[in-house]
Amino acid sequence: MSGPQRTAPVSVVLGAIGSVRSAIFPALAIAFSGIGGSSRLLVAIGVGIAAAVIGTAVSYIGWRRLTYTIGEADIRLESGILSRSARSVPYERIQDVSLEAKLLPRLFGLVSVKFETGAGAGEDLALQYLSTAEGERLRQLVRERRDEDQAAVAPADPAAPERREAAEGEVLFAMGPRRLINFGLFEFSLAVFAVLGGLLQYVDNVTKIDIWNVDLWRSWLEEQGSFVASLGAYAQVAGAIAGLFGLIVVGMASGIIRTFLRDWGFTLTRSPRGFRRQRGLFTRTDVVMPVHRVQALVIGTGLMRYRFGWHALNFVSLAQDDKNESHVVAPFATMDEIAPIVAAAGFRLPDTQTRWHRASKLHRTDKAIADSLPFVLAVIPTAIFAPFGFALIPLGLAVLAVGANLYAWEFRRHAIDATQIFESHGLLSPTSQIATRLKLHSVEIAQGPIARRRGYATVHLGLAGGTFAMHGVPLAAARDLRAGVIETIAATDYSQLDQARDSVPDGVAA
Amino acid sequence: MDLTPDNTPAERRDLDDGALTRLHPNYAHSLRVQTTLMAIPFLAGALVLEAALRDEGLVPTGVIIGAVMLVALVLIIRIPSRRYNARGYQISADRLRVVRGLLFRSDTVVPFSRVQHIDVEQGPIERFFGIATLTLHTAGNHNASVTLPGLGEPLAREMREDIRAHIRRESL
Repeated sequence: MSGPQRTAPVSVVLGAIGSVRSAIFPALAIAFSGIGGSSRLLVAIGVGIAAAVIGTAVSYIGWRRLTYTIGEADIRLESGILSRSARSVPYERIQDVSLEAKLLPRLFGLVSVKFETGAGAGEDLALQYLSTAEGERLRQLVRERRDEDQAAVAPADPAAPERREAAEGEVLFAMGPRRLINFGLFEFSLAVFAVLGGLLQYVDNVTKIDIWNVDLWRSWLEEQGSFVASLGAYAQVAGAIAGLFGLIVVGMASGIIRTFLRDWGFTLTRSPRGFRRQRGLFTRTDVVMPVHRVQALVIGTGLMRYRFGWHALNFVSLAQDDKNESHVVAPFATMDEIAPIVAAAGFRLPDTQTRWHRASKLHRTDKAIADSLPFVLAVIPTAIFAPFGFALIPLGLAVLAVGANLYAWEFRRHAIDATQIFESHGLLSPTSQIATRLKLHSVEIAQGPIARRRGYATVHLGLAGGTFAMHGVPLAAARDLRAGVIETIAATDYSQLDQARDSVPDGVAA
Repeated sequence: MDLTPDNTPAERRDLDDGALTRLHPNYAHSLRVQTTLMAIPFLAGALVLEAALRDEGLVPTGVIIGAVMLVALVLIIRIPSRRYNARGYQISADRLRVVRGLLFRSDTVVPFSRVQHIDVEQGPIERFFGIATLTLHTAGNHNASVTLPGLGEPLAREMREDIRAHIRRESL
């Protein structure tokens, strides 16, 4: 096909910048610490320059020694400065090609191309960095290679341009700035304070100011405290409210900023090849998920956003999305917006026809007892040792635990139909999962000592790329469920799973 | 084909209540050897403690070592045979069912059509007793590998061949 190629030359600069960036903090640390006495500034600059030179050299040699070859049957990558490694990835094994453009590479018009194979622990093939056009070309190429294997039926030449045109696809879900602000408000986060705390710790290490010195703070507080005390009760209350208000504003602002950074320009499109998701303000990611790779759906929500009718839709698939095991395809949407995406993925949402089964009532009772037991046990010592009335606190908590469990039972249910399994649970923010019977890998009925005596069980379904468990299912129902699922699974071999879905891409959705 | 769960419950139940095949009797012996090896450090520790506290006169001589010994004996003699009784498997034309657990029971069914690859393993103790562990790997996150220990070594290999033949037949 073509000989060995190198990545974009600008990668050397980017690599060098990366190594300088990681040298900045040590250099600063040296500059502010006592190392080297009066000449420490020189030492710091020296360290910085050395990092830059070494970084550039390593980055350059690494770039010289890294070549990739687009072969007939595979993509090969040879790399390594001292120890050479050669990796070959056959086209059939490539599940996704994802393009990621971080801020700096993006300024140079570069992307990092990752060939996802479903191999665990980052053992994927990644090319850093290629020009955006080259990245797109590679992605198109891999897709065509894969298509050739499967769709040799279609007349190749006239179909190809048409397909590329259609690759733009219809937009299934997109989020504008207004939606993002709305979303950000619910992403309330006080993580910024944790970051500040971390920074303080860092400053503490680098500078001579002893932040954790209690006396220093106490004297400061006493100064301020006497001032606050002189203001009187109303002013104190007002100050506390203002402080709380400030906390809420900071939390919401950081939520909105984070959401904007992560989900700016969120678009989910449906093309013949699958779902394509683009998002990100500075780090723009572009992920393609073939429809048949979607193993299951998870519809989650949050405590507050659920009250306003907002839900999040995730695809469970073998490929990983950052550190998450499932791909978020609609992070903040109404059920009306989620429904078409679910249909496009070949799944169905539960409807009025769905026959829900509840968890065993014995399970409800046992769980309520188990959850309230610690509080009940705490009542006795508090009643004896604490002043009168304190025992009411654990007692109240115990009642609360029982009540919550009784109410949560209303939400714990599952259903099975000819092709799918539904499960949902959660009292304040219900989560539901939908899996295809065909794409399960094993079924386990697990029982603890209590469950065995009381005749209910937990059913674990083997799901590729995720977990699926139903708790408190009556034993007989669990067995029926397993028998049904196994019947479906055993009928189709693993190797036919993808083809089975490929041959009817839209038939299932219709 | 109608696959609703309440289709033919009687027939389905049959699958679950079908008699389990027991493991090789040597499995209990190998468990005993394993437990004995595990108990040795504890027994040694108890002996050291006993010796150290002998002059203190805090506890009567032999109480510590006696207690540890008693627990060890129960674990070595009683528990392995109970674990052996609790375990079992059932193999049919297209699936393997593995049952295990004394307190926490688990009953897993793996259809051969979802098996990715198969291992037959033998540790030194297992080799001495002529038994082996059969492991089926699936693509699911839960039950990514289902192990069935305590099979006679020839049987384990035979089962592996059977399952492999099934996989090859299906994927052709």
